[in-house]
Amino acid sequence: MRTFNKLSVALLAGAAVFAVTAQAGAAEKIVISNWDGYMPSDMLERFTAETGIEAELAVHATNEEIMGKVVAGKGKGYDVLFVSSPFVEALKNLGLVAELDHAMIPNMKNLYPEAMKLEYDPGNTHSVPYAWGTTGLCYRSDLVGETPGSWMDLLQPADALKGKVTMLSTDRWLMGAAFLAQGKSVNSTDAADLEAAKELLISAKKDLLAYDDTTFYSKLVSGEASLVHAWDGWCNYGIAENADIKYVIPEEGSDLWVDTMVVTAASENKEAAHKFLNFILQADNGAWVPANILYKVPNKAAMDALDPALVEQFPNLGMTPEELLKQEQLRDLGAGQKAFSKTVTEILASN
Amino acid sequence: MPRSLLRDWLLLGPGLTWLALFLVVPCGMLLVFAFFERGVYGGIDYIFTLENFSRAIDPLYLSIFLTSAKVAGLAAVIALLIGYPAAYAIARAPARRQTAYLVLVMLPFWSNYLIRTYAWIVLLNREGLVNKGLAGLGLVSEPLPLLYNEFAIVTGLVYNYLPFVVLAIYSSISRLNPEVLEASEDLGASAPRTFWRVTLPLTLPGVAAGAVFVFVLSIGNFITPDLLGGGRLQMVGNVIYDQFLTARDWPFGATLSFILIGIMMILLFSQAMLVRKAQGEGGIAHA
Repeated sequence: MRTFNKLSVALLAGAAVFAVTAQAGAAEKIVISNWDGYMPSDMLERFTAETGIEAELAVHATNEEIMGKVVAGKGKGYDVLFVSSPFVEALKNLGLVAELDHAMIPNMKNLYPEAMKLEYDPGNTHSVPYAWGTTGLCYRSDLVGETPGSWMDLLQPADALKGKVTMLSTDRWLMGAAFLAQGKSVNSTDAADLEAAKELLISAKKDLLAYDDTTFYSKLVSGEASLVHAWDGWCNYGIAENADIKYVIPEEGSDLWVDTMVVTAASENKEAAHKFLNFILQADNGAWVPANILYKVPNKAAMDALDPALVEQFPNLGMTPEELLKQEQLRDLGAGQKAFSKTVTEILASN
Repeated sequence: MPRSLLRDWLLLGPGLTWLALFLVVPCGMLLVFAFFERGVYGGIDYIFTLENFSRAIDPLYLSIFLTSAKVAGLAAVIALLIGYPAAYAIARAPARRQTAYLVLVMLPFWSNYLIRTYAWIVLLNREGLVNKGLAGLGLVSEPLPLLYNEFAIVTGLVYNYLPFVVLAIYSSISRLNPEVLEASEDLGASAPRTFWRVTLPLTLPGVAAGAVFVFVLSIGNFITPDLLGGGRLQMVGNVIYDQFLTARDWPFGATLSFILIGIMMILLFSQAMLVRKAQGEGGIAHA
């Protein structure tokens, strides 16, 4: 999951940042909104070279940011969006994304069969999965003493770890940690569940070093933190710098998040947008993601081509689709979103 | 004179238009948003409600306002205690050096706010320069908790806004009529007495301006509490930020913003009154 810290949002606020790849004389043009650095910098150039379609990149820092823009402008001005799974469901319910014509995306065959059966969009009728992964515990095996295995190791840390743990503060994962620890669904909006999670998370707050959604892995590397709440791909950034860093999915389980690509309903170049999705699904383009940003992709052809040495160094890259699908999938909360975000505000605001 | 009145309006025109379009209109919209319900996916559902205001006075959010005011007040007081002597020293330095000193005061603004804030993380963290230094000197056995707490937030705010205080007080002190000080001396007052009875009262407008600057900029700040406070201690700016960017509850964010703007306006108004009062008192300070 790519969420960028509030700094980037602050820096970007008010000014959209465009990296334009101009191709003189190209007849068609599509606008793609993605997280910064989530695809190779030359991807659009290569796409233009291959298809003759001009492509422009707009950057969003968070799902909420692009969601706000698309809801406000009915998606006009954008052709392809990269958003996380719950947001696909929301956009679909709002009628803002187009139904995909699979005949125009032959490379869909490169996906694992499991990646065609995801609950937020069965059969990938409105979205194509781009990357996926889990959320768990990332820790310094040389500093934690006992190997962590439960969400409670994070929420009620042993005395030696107090003040040396960090948590994600992005709403779904903050709540997810407590929901999983208490045996609830990560998609719950039940009032009693929210209240119980709130109580646990407020009590966990006093043992935190900090909430950290962006630099937690460097806190492990420096030794400031010993155990952090992390997305698997980001834990790999720590492992790359210190081999004592390990990733574990707690015994209570994890969520399965999927970052996807959708075509806006408002797109005036749907054919070109489909060509772009197809281009991304090429094995070589899919393989860039695990090799460079250490995220797993649902692209079987790409994962099969992955260098085994990488999986050895970053074991969570080797997680199979079956293992991933065992985790509960993040879904849109619908009308329950209001009570959910109010609870999150109350947790973060309690001093 | 109608003609000079016309001229005044023409000169004020661009500034007033700018303020009206980019300050008054957005603030007006903010107030309007505060009276409606949130949409599920962000935006506004235009159903009238007062719920946002009743929620804002919940003890949870009141305590956030109080915490924010405490942190901002502390930052303002510390910035004054550091900034006043510095401004005094600069104003009393030889005239040819004053510009150089003032440039040095402004120098940090040449780098980005975020970079300066991140630099404090490098200094203050458990494995940071300060703790390593203290441990190296044998002064502490366990690293001190310098980061991710109120201390770190106040430090960051004081550091970032200190130049405003120095500049505001410097301008007050440098405008002080030296003859007033000479008169006090001639009449037998000691240097400390002259300071307490003459210099300080006459430079109070600068003190007030500096303090209000720091307070107003601090109370709405969200980057410093987020980075140096580790998000554990939330200030009202953080709650507002979250309402707009993650909780997608614009109306509640608007309500909190509105209350915050109200607090700031009261403060700025009080400061303006103080300046007016000081200027009204016989005009001892040169304009």
